[in-house]
Amino acid sequence: MSAQAAKKQAFVRELLGRSDYAIIGDIVEPDTKVLDLGCGEGELLEWLAQNKGVEARGVEISSAKVQRAIARGVTVYQGDIDEGLADYPSQAFDYVILSQTLQETRHPRQVLREMLRVGRRAIVAFPNFGHWRMRLSMLTSGCAPRTKLFPYEWYESPNIHFLTVHDFEHLAALERLVVERRYFLAGRRKATLLPNLLAEVAVFLVSQTRG
Amino acid sequence: MIVEASAVRFDSISLDSGATLAPVDVAYETYGELNAAKSNAILILHAFSGDAHAAGISHETGKPGWWDNMIGPGKAFDTNKYFVICSNVLGGCRGATGPSSINAATGRPYAMSFPVITIADMVRLQKMLVDWFGIGRLLTVTGGSMGGMQALEWAVSYPDRVVSAIPIACTTRHSAQQIAFNEVGRQAIMADPDWNDGDYYGQKPPARGLAVARMVGHITFMSDDSMREKFGRRLRGKETFGFDFDVDFEVESYLRYRGSEFVNRFDANSYLYITKAMDYFDLTNGYGSLAAAFERVRARFLVISFTSDWLYPSYQSQEIVSALRARNCDVAYVELESNYGHDAFLVDVAEQTDLIRGFLASTFEKVP
Repeated sequence: MSAQAAKKQAFVRELLGRSDYAIIGDIVEPDTKVLDLGCGEGELLEWLAQNKGVEARGVEISSAKVQRAIARGVTVYQGDIDEGLADYPSQAFDYVILSQTLQETRHPRQVLREMLRVGRRAIVAFPNFGHWRMRLSMLTSGCAPRTKLFPYEWYESPNIHFLTVHDFEHLAALERLVVERRYFLAGRRKATLLPNLLAEVAVFLVSQTRG
Repeated sequence: MIVEASAVRFDSISLDSGATLAPVDVAYETYGELNAAKSNAILILHAFSGDAHAAGISHETGKPGWWDNMIGPGKAFDTNKYFVICSNVLGGCRGATGPSSINAATGRPYAMSFPVITIADMVRLQKMLVDWFGIGRLLTVTGGSMGGMQALEWAVSYPDRVVSAIPIACTTRHSAQQIAFNEVGRQAIMADPDWNDGDYYGQKPPARGLAVARMVGHITFMSDDSMREKFGRRLRGKETFGFDFDVDFEVESYLRYRGSEFVNRFDANSYLYITKAMDYFDLTNGYGSLAAAFERVRARFLVISFTSDWLYPSYQSQEIVSALRARNCDVAYVELESNYGHDAFLVDVAEQTDLIRGFLASTFEKVP
């Protein structure tokens, strides 16, 4: 393996400045139907529509972000993902994406179930609360941990359900989900070794057990 | 941009009530150029008291159109790119056949012998106009309030004829509260002795009744906040109360002005007929449910509502969106922050411009 190839493998490509987007961009097959929950200004959806020919839809709660998404031509619905999926018919999408938002939902388990009702597959990316810096921060300070990934004071954090890589694996097992693919990232690097300790962000591709 | 209204006459139109109108006229204005493929046509649908003069400066009156801030070169509905049509609604008094038109059979104005019309009838006449232009599919149909209802009706009645729809600040059916306000307006007109059972043409029109109806309307178009900002409790041209029933407050002056100005441009019987059409409007008519009605729909949607609009509250727009999502339709929705109440769709232009420009561009891109 050449040095350059090794470098390529060691570093995860970025998409729109985010490594989890690059992973999602790789996972999504061309010409599929994609729903992005908490899609922000629709950057990922726009990229998927233009580069993979997907039929892209989004849900976002912030009116300002929805406006910018629609202005860029992306179909986005202003609504709350904790409640907002009920309207969609079952299996309407090939992929339902939840990027860095699961920890902000009120009922994560319910959201995950709804994702796999309206979509054949769910792509869940979340910040790993089990990262060693979090553990160290709490151990040494005795306070709610604050790191670059979780920069908020406890009283103003949007994150209300902290989870680790292990926690998600447990929930997936409990829900009898098939984990088709899993990716672990530390910055722009892959964190394949001890992901629960070393991964900052995890990306899971899950589907329902068939039959 | 100086614009002039044109008109076209059709032999007849069949109405939901079973009646037939013959002949039927419709006034319209157009802005921009229809492209060779006839794929860039946009139909603008006016609200209750609007007319065909949506944009530009009227050759006749010198006044700008009612949505001039949204339609024109470089604007949301960019006339450098799109061909824009706006026509007066059936039952109106601004160039479309309505109760003030001469009944060919009698040589006298229809007055109350004019048949009761529906939103679907209005749309049927618009479709005749679009056919007359030789336009197969409209790039979009759009309007606020009653214009939004027509846009919804278009998407359901003629699914193959619209690529997209932008219903703004509207509903799939009038609620009890909306019907109630319309009924107050109608009763104000009919209680005016000058109304004379609708037979007032050539005589004194029911100006007082129509003005009161319009005053009620204007209250429903604003919000508590926008009225407080605009008028507060300020007195009109005086330092202290007059201790009489002349105008004391700015808000009274404003409503009286709006009421009396309306009388000069609107026919009282048209008020009765058009509000009735709005009250009858229910998109589920003939389908049983909204889901069934939307089963036919193929258009892409952009639905817009406003936070302070209590006449057509956001929940009504959300009902549209929910039903469309249940059909897995391509529907974007946003509730815009605004203090202007129902008037917001005419006033809050900046946000709507960004939304509509982006939505139209991405829709136009995909048109074969």
